[in-house]
Amino acid sequence: MAEYGLLIDYEYCTGCETCVVACKEEHGFPVGKWGIRVLDDGPWQKDDSGEGGNCFNWNKIPVPTDLCDLCAGRVAAGKEPTCVHHCQAFCMRFGTIEELAAELAGKPKQVLWAPCA
Amino acid sequence: MEFKNDLGKPWKYEDGDFTVVRTSMWSPPGCHPVGCGLKLYVDAEGRLDHVEGDENNPITKGRLCARCLALKDYVYNPSRVIYPMKRDPKDRGQHDKWERITWDEAYALIKEKRDYFRDTYGPESMAVFSGTGRSGGILVADMAQAVLGTPNACYTQSGYACYQPRSMSCSHVLGAYYPEMDYAGGLEGTYDNPVYRVPEVIVMWGKMALASNGDGLWGHAVIDLMKRGAKLISVDPRVNWLATRAEVHLRVRPGTDTALAMAWLSIIINEDLYDHDFVEKWTYGFEEFSARINDPDKGMTPERAAEICEVPVEDIYRAARLYAAAKPASIAWGLAFDQNQNGNQAAHCVLALMAICGNIDVPGGQIIAEIDPAPGVEDDAEAQAAAEAAAMEGSTLDIDKADDTSAEDAARPQRRIGWDSLSDDLKGKTIGYDEYPLYVDNIRNAQADMMFDAVTKGEPYRIRMGWIQSTALLTPTCCAQPTGWYEGCKNLEWCMATDCFITPAIEAFADLVLPLASCAEKDDVVMTHYAGSPVTLGSVNKAVDVGEVKSDIQILIELGEYLEMDCLKDEDGGRLFKDEADFLTQRRARPAKMPFEDLRDQVVFQRGVNYRKYETGKLRPDRKPGFLTPTGRVELWSTAYAHYGEDPLPYYQEPAFSPHKDPELAAKYPFILTTGARNYASFHAEHRQIPVLRELHPDPIIEINPEDAAQLGVADGQWVEIRNDYGRAKFKAVVSPIVKKGVVQTDHGWWFPERQADDDARDTILPVGEIVEDHEVQAVINGKEIKDGFVKADHADERGLYGVWQSNVNDLVSNHYNSRLGYGGPYKCNCCSVTPLQESYDTDMNLVVEKFGELV
Repeated sequence: MAEYGLLIDYEYCTGCETCVVACKEEHGFPVGKWGIRVLDDGPWQKDDSGEGGNCFNWNKIPVPTDLCDLCAGRVAAGKEPTCVHHCQAFCMRFGTIEELAAELAGKPKQVLWAPCA
Repeated sequence: MEFKNDLGKPWKYEDGDFTVVRTSMWSPPGCHPVGCGLKLYVDAEGRLDHVEGDENNPITKGRLCARCLALKDYVYNPSRVIYPMKRDPKDRGQHDKWERITWDEAYALIKEKRDYFRDTYGPESMAVFSGTGRSGGILVADMAQAVLGTPNACYTQSGYACYQPRSMSCSHVLGAYYPEMDYAGGLEGTYDNPVYRVPEVIVMWGKMALASNGDGLWGHAVIDLMKRGAKLISVDPRVNWLATRAEVHLRVRPGTDTALAMAWLSIIINEDLYDHDFVEKWTYGFEEFSARINDPDKGMTPERAAEICEVPVEDIYRAARLYAAAKPASIAWGLAFDQNQNGNQAAHCVLALMAICGNIDVPGGQIIAEIDPAPGVEDDAEAQAAAEAAAMEGSTLDIDKADDTSAEDAARPQRRIGWDSLSDDLKGKTIGYDEYPLYVDNIRNAQADMMFDAVTKGEPYRIRMGWIQSTALLTPTCCAQPTGWYEGCKNLEWCMATDCFITPAIEAFADLVLPLASCAEKDDVVMTHYAGSPVTLGSVNKAVDVGEVKSDIQILIELGEYLEMDCLKDEDGGRLFKDEADFLTQRRARPAKMPFEDLRDQVVFQRGVNYRKYETGKLRPDRKPGFLTPTGRVELWSTAYAHYGEDPLPYYQEPAFSPHKDPELAAKYPFILTTGARNYASFHAEHRQIPVLRELHPDPIIEINPEDAAQLGVADGQWVEIRNDYGRAKFKAVVSPIVKKGVVQTDHGWWFPERQADDDARDTILPVGEIVEDHEVQAVINGKEIKDGFVKADHADERGLYGVWQSNVNDLVSNHYNSRLGYGGPYKCNCCSVTPLQESYDTDMNLVVEKFGELV
């Protein structure tokens, strides 16, 4: 049973790739391997009310990979996972699944990942 | 859960096996002067082990972008230059001919060459070429005028199409350096400071700050403010991520921003939505300005703007009313203002919007920096203001002061030392001074397009010695028609360079390269917005040693002394700047009123804002209330523009290359070509040799609308060639509705450091005077005929020089399409055709890893 997770507010994830590179630098993952990736849903036109950006769906969603260990080493030393520490939009949280699930209920456009056991 | 942090730690401390140095980032690698907080972890051997974001930084609070997270991969990159190297000029274009030398040998060589060119052809035969973003870039005038003794410092971008067109308009319309969106960075506690107010509306106008941190604005502050309730208006031809979160997004046709801004002004003035109190007390020429906006010929209506800008008219009304009603409202305005011929007028209009809506220097509006009092002037603002308040009414117009640049000088103290040391005769020889006096007076730079003529045509005289300083030059970030620059610079009799890597320009025509320190290897001070905005001053703190690198400031001091330059001597004949720290204290840390060493202890100094400084005299060296313009007010009717032969009021000018309005042009080149959109993986031409960053964005891309792609037969991921009368380049297609039909957007800055270094064309030299074929006269400026021209050479299919010609979009950008004052260039409103290609030019990431993956 997973104990810890990542809560991501994709209303505000800008897709800046900070989590991706922070993770690679922390773990020494080479080109072609990742601990987290940002999936790109958009931009596609979701309604025909106009031509402006707000008629588009464009969400960036960081997804931890099979290699994510939730920065076990950092967490053991009392530090946050590096993706969470460096996230430029402050849209990632690390914590117990229990506490993050409570926060998930409080705001839409969030996703809770439980990447590893 | 609770986590540990390093809040309250000193600038240098021990953490386990590491010494941690807290620092404020500023170049190289390049970025704008934001000063993000970094912790550099240095191991027992004195080597940078890794980087983390410093949670002590009041703005970034531990957050970092991908580029700084990969700093170690830049510092220890195997292709980095870490020793001085020279090469015989006959061996230019060959990468294996570089020979390591000592700094003493390098300085002696420079002195020999400087003496020769100065004594044989005059000091003006030397030029220093610079680029954007780096800490050394703003030293270009010093390097030219103080160190070498030539007036010809040159930022090579056509019309200085980056920041300066805006900043010049600020000096002359607003009478202050640059009004930035207030994101509370200068206030203790930032957003929680009780005097601060979150802007109700933020207008992102031609600026995608998330990736660019343009001009020093930390982009993700916009996200912080959105979470605190700020609504967005976006003005941008493209759908960017922020635009998808905007209340209104105006997808203007590239290059038509002035028409849109005039339409907003029309609505706000005619619907009486403006701040009467501010207009009456603090602006000059409102009546004439309103008359212009409503002029049937030169004015603008929302309906006409909708047609010009190709946006729905109801969106223009909505946006203008939303902006006017918001108190406060803030405009973050960007590079789009600079990269067209009409940008001075667009800037004029946006400054007018800020002013008449009462957003200048108010919390959550647009903040401007306090400037130093003149020598002998009382700095007690309240006493001074009380005494002068009445005098304000009687402020008179002084036409002779129209070229007063003291706002910028005061914001950037002592930046004239080199210029002031030149004789009047030599100043008069600055390239472009006759044609564009305001440009040269303002920036103390040679005008870039006229420098292109000097380098390629030898007019008005030849440049014989060059210094490539803080620029990659040929990679398409700065100069227009880089093929012409390349052919011209191959004719330089001698050329030196300062950089961290061998760039295509250095490989092509440099004879000496001096290794530059990165931000981890030097002391420096980062001034948000080049000190023009009251946000922060941060210390860049040296953490490690690498090879024999030196910083720009060290080179300035040492080389200036070696070349025996009087303007760099103090009264006793010693060094004016004793060392790096002394330079920083005198030149960069001044607004903090403390020596560099004290600033280093603090790492970051928040400057405080003291809003509404026009009431307290803090915007003028004489400490009189008002703004630093001839009338003391925000000049909606600009005295300076009138003085220099420009219309004192704004007007709309159709882009020069306008396929949507010019059917003849459209038959050949149907697409509007716009460039310069930034991504998170690189800073302009930098970072291509960092595998983890290159992987994020491996290839130069072009964005094409799906309807256009279908018509052309271009598939997503297919390579295409774009072309116009000036040149051609290849890009990989991203088929996306991010751009409107009829518009394409390409990457800039590309070269491929993993590819062939040697120059295929090294044995062919087109002599100066035969490089460019003159086109018809483009304009007559101050009695001089300004001609654009086509470069006779075409290198677009060559593989050498790190592939710099393959995807060089600036080869499609012509010089000389500037404003009447010499500013702006058509980088964002160009034209092209698009042809699908069968072959692929995809980056081989294995090769990138092989070349740069193993750090040294």
